[in-house]
Amino acid sequence: MAGESNGAAGFGSSIRRREDPELITGRAKYTDDLQLAGMVYCTILRSDYAHAGINSIDTSEAEALDGVLGVYTAKDIEASGVPGGVPVGWLLPGLKTPEHYMLAKDTTRYVGDGVAIVVAEDQYTAHDALELIYVDYEPRDGVADPKKATADGAPLVHDDAPNNIAFDWEIGDKESTDAAFANAAHVASLDIVNNRLIPNAMEPRAALADYNNITGELVLYMTTQNPHIHRLLMSLASLGLPEHKIRVIAPEVGGGFGSKIHHYADEAIASWASMQVGRPVKWTATRTETYITDAHGRDHVTHGEMAIDADGRFIGLRVDTYAAMGAYLSTFAPAVPTYLYGTLMSGEYDLPAIYCHVYGVFTHTVPVDAYRGAGRPEATFIVERLVDEAARVTGLDPAEIRRRNFISPDAFPYQTQVALAYDSGNYIGALDKALEAIGYDDFRKEQAAAREQGKYLGLGLSTYIEACGLAPSAVVGSLGAQAGQWESAVVRVHATGKVTVYSGCSGHGQGHETTFAQIVASALGVPYDDIDVVEGDTGSMPHGWGTYGSRSAATGGSAIASAAEKVVDKARTIAAHLLEAAEEDIEFEDGNFFVKGSPDQSQSLPDVALQAYLAHNLPKGIEPALEATSFYDPANFVYPFGTHIAIVEVCSQTGNVTLQRYLAVDDVGNVINPMIVDGQVHGGIAQGIGQSLYETAVYDEGANLLSGTMLDYAVPKAHFMPSFETDRTVTPCPHNPLGVKGVGEAGSIASPAAVVNAVVDALSPFGVTHIDMPVTSEKVWNAMK
Amino acid sequence: MFPSKFDYHRPSSVQEAVQILSDNPDAKVLAGGHSLIPVMKLRLATPSALIDIGRIDALKGISRANGSLRIGACVTYNEIANSGVVQDAAPLLAEAAGQIGDRQVRYRGTIGGNLSHADPASDLPAAALALGATLHVSGPNGSRSVSASEFFVDLMMTSLQADEILTEVEISAASAGTGSAYVKFEHPASGYALCGAAAVVTRGAGGSCTGASLCFNGVSATAVSANGVAASLVGSDLSDGAIESAVSNLSIPDAAGDMFASAGYRQELAKAIGAQALRTARDRA
Ligand SMILES: Cc1cc2nc3c(=O)[nH]c(=O)nc-3n(C[C@H](O)[C@H](O)[C@H](O)COP(=O)(O)OP(=O)(O)OC[C@H]3O[C@@H](n4cnc5c(N)ncnc54)[C@H](O)[C@@H]3O)c2cc1C
Repeated sequence: MAGESNGAAGFGSSIRRREDPELITGRAKYTDDLQLAGMVYCTILRSDYAHAGINSIDTSEAEALDGVLGVYTAKDIEASGVPGGVPVGWLLPGLKTPEHYMLAKDTTRYVGDGVAIVVAEDQYTAHDALELIYVDYEPRDGVADPKKATADGAPLVHDDAPNNIAFDWEIGDKESTDAAFANAAHVASLDIVNNRLIPNAMEPRAALADYNNITGELVLYMTTQNPHIHRLLMSLASLGLPEHKIRVIAPEVGGGFGSKIHHYADEAIASWASMQVGRPVKWTATRTETYITDAHGRDHVTHGEMAIDADGRFIGLRVDTYAAMGAYLSTFAPAVPTYLYGTLMSGEYDLPAIYCHVYGVFTHTVPVDAYRGAGRPEATFIVERLVDEAARVTGLDPAEIRRRNFISPDAFPYQTQVALAYDSGNYIGALDKALEAIGYDDFRKEQAAAREQGKYLGLGLSTYIEACGLAPSAVVGSLGAQAGQWESAVVRVHATGKVTVYSGCSGHGQGHETTFAQIVASALGVPYDDIDVVEGDTGSMPHGWGTYGSRSAATGGSAIASAAEKVVDKARTIAAHLLEAAEEDIEFEDGNFFVKGSPDQSQSLPDVALQAYLAHNLPKGIEPALEATSFYDPANFVYPFGTHIAIVEVCSQTGNVTLQRYLAVDDVGNVINPMIVDGQVHGGIAQGIGQSLYETAVYDEGANLLSGTMLDYAVPKAHFMPSFETDRTVTPCPHNPLGVKGVGEAGSIASPAAVVNAVVDALSPFGVTHIDMPVTSEKVWNAMK
Repeated sequence: MFPSKFDYHRPSSVQEAVQILSDNPDAKVLAGGHSLIPVMKLRLATPSALIDIGRIDALKGISRANGSLRIGACVTYNEIANSGVVQDAAPLLAEAAGQIGDRQVRYRGTIGGNLSHADPASDLPAAALALGATLHVSGPNGSRSVSASEFFVDLMMTSLQADEILTEVEISAASAGTGSAYVKFEHPASGYALCGAAAVVTRGAGGSCTGASLCFNGVSATAVSANGVAASLVGSDLSDGAIESAVSNLSIPDAAGDMFASAGYRQELAKAIGAQALRTARDRA
């Protein structure tokens, strides 16, 4: 079915996003827009100390403030008898899992750690009361740098994690890799810091919890990418309410980038508060709170080396990483620098020996977890930087050394040395297309001429691979996930032939209402406008796992395609009965069933649907109604890939880096909606450019967050960006019904390496071989000295 | 936003505003609100009252008479940047105002607020210094005027008294043979000046330099003028070489660094940006 079109709006059409008119006219309702009768507000007092003992908390003045309904501490949560936990959902062998309670009990472990709760009639009072809570802290030393945190004598985040090591993980074959290095003609070696990032979803996190103490039911509206996961964890770990008594609803959600996957204390606190006061309770993070509570991303200190033989072929890769976990293990944190990182070390290359070792390290900082790309940008960065360094030490052109080492298009499926089996790919195809589009040879001439005039241009390649749509569930489970990774869908054809599609995904800006409808329009031959998509409500959806990790098209879309196929099968049976023909003789085209060879005598899908609901004349054994549910567990990950190229100019006077061109050739398999895919690529590139040139969370030696507002934390602005050039190659995924892969993270995975490779290329006349992100003007200026 | 409680006053004259201000020592004047509101939001400022001067007509005019340009304290950046009168009489100010923040900021922020707030990274103080602006101030004891060079005292500190209001900025209209430029190196996060250079040069009949000034934002606690560098250009032909060698001696006292850029780098940036501003000013003279 892939590639088929349904008028102007089926699979493959660049139809405009149907969600946008509401979003851009302000009609859409986000969590904080919702008002319930009797609603009150909650605020959370947060530690100003990276690390401190709590001697006592005096809440009396705050309680006495007019309009305050209650002030609570960890003791009150304990006394209420709820489990009170904030669990980790991915376990590794030997993982230390220190207790993470909804509020700090006797120790705070990062600036932002929750200490007390205020519930008040209005938001102003709720904020005023925070200033009237007096905490007697005993400040202790903190540590923020993941490598320094492992040193003997470094301040401990948790007493039961010596040297702050949460886990010690490895993948690949150390012996064969060491042997490759012993035989290497050349070695490329780099020390890099992958900078810590603060997610900046446009909408801060929020929760509106409505607990009914008569029915015992909790309705929780919240900013989430995965309502079902939150329902599960709220039930099991935080509140102890039975799962069927919890309904989690994601209203419009204004971006997430991973930060709204995780199960935080705050939404559980709002729910618990509602249980205490018996009224709906709303909590909305301020932007400042967002910076000190939303799980941060990246934060690696890495040493990487590539062994190369005399012909410029890669023979071994060795990577050693200290990955920050922050103060507690966030929901999927242990998976990010391990199974989403070490497994990607083969990149697009035929690498015979790989060894990757990772320490997960507790630090006195905001927890670190998945952020757009999650592990794969970090892996791509070290691999693609090493490839450029390998080009330098061998004297080969960066494009040539890639060409020499790519897995060839006829080598698929390709088993890497780090667990993944790539199903398909044509890396050279994407590279050639990108080099051609950028005018590679001409650029090298222009670059040489510019250098003569003291103008420094650079070109950077990033030939990336990524693995997304995690699957199958059994494999993911064997790696430690405490979650499944299949997806579900219901396709319901109403009696009138209109269609409602339900998905266990939960879009928050990706355009699912459009693309999922496009899939169904092509599958059922029903007009696009007759199809609605519903997501983000555990009360109306089958179980699902949400939207993250570029999984929705590959898993959710495939589930929808399977459900639609079941609908067509059932409708075919009914149509055959109505047409008094054998089922095998029935054709289905453009929404019509007819006997092979006589299309003028047909039953349309709406005709069949009506009959299915009337049930006056159904074939034997066929149940009334026309709908199907599908639970789709993919056979493998999907593997998008591509080539990104950045061209920069470096100002020799100020060190300022200007992006002149940015070109992306991505292969995301079959494309449901090219415009939406371009949009996803654009957003991802912008975020990766943010990481490479501007963004970084700065903690001081004592683990205080210095870049705590947008005055200091540089989210990139539109005028920093060139107009992106995008193109594609299409290598369909061989194992899902749509042939689709993922695209949500590709841009942020590929772009940091492209940009930094370009800067290093521009600075090569100065002998520069590496520069850490973000590449600020001062760093460049220093490098040129 | 959830600031602490405050009262709100909206006087309709400067006298009334000054009166309320002297009656309420913990009150703050509210102009465009684009510096004050953010700090109130973070509860770093907790004024007991705001005195909103935004509806006082006397503070909102732009006029030119007798060779002098007068701009009311509540004139917005957008008005300044787009005013033909300002573009003609003080193009440097129009250019600097046009580079502040983004469109929203430029429609709200005011010249009076910008100068009174005296943020070291603001864009207008260097321009005011380079243009030798005179600031008119009203207080309970009447009005007085201060030169820009005496106005900026220290980090976010001016010679305004707590009960005084800045009412008007006066600038001598540019004479023939004068060119100016404001060049800004943006902080990628805040958009404020990591370093901003305001240059004014005047060329005599033969083309040689008869007057120059060069002032900086963003490098130290206050906007500063680099008098030495500017003076050394007088008499020169303002060639690139002359500018280069003048600027090579630039050293801004008490340059300050922060987590984003060190003091040393800011010094170097000042040389590069300063030279660029001087060259552009020369070309426009
Ligand atoms: C997103 C953003 C980006 C910005 N980017 C820039 C930038 O690039 N460059 C730049 O220069 N600025 C920038 N600013 C700051 C902006 O220019 C402010 O408007 C300015 O600093 C203050 O002017 P205001 O009129 O808003 O004053 P307010 O915020 O109302 O007041 C600031 C202070 O000055 C006092 N005050 C105001 N007017 C008077 C008066 N007439 N007499 C006495 N005291 C007075 C107030 O009491 C207060 O203490 C930015 C602000 C924001 C929010």
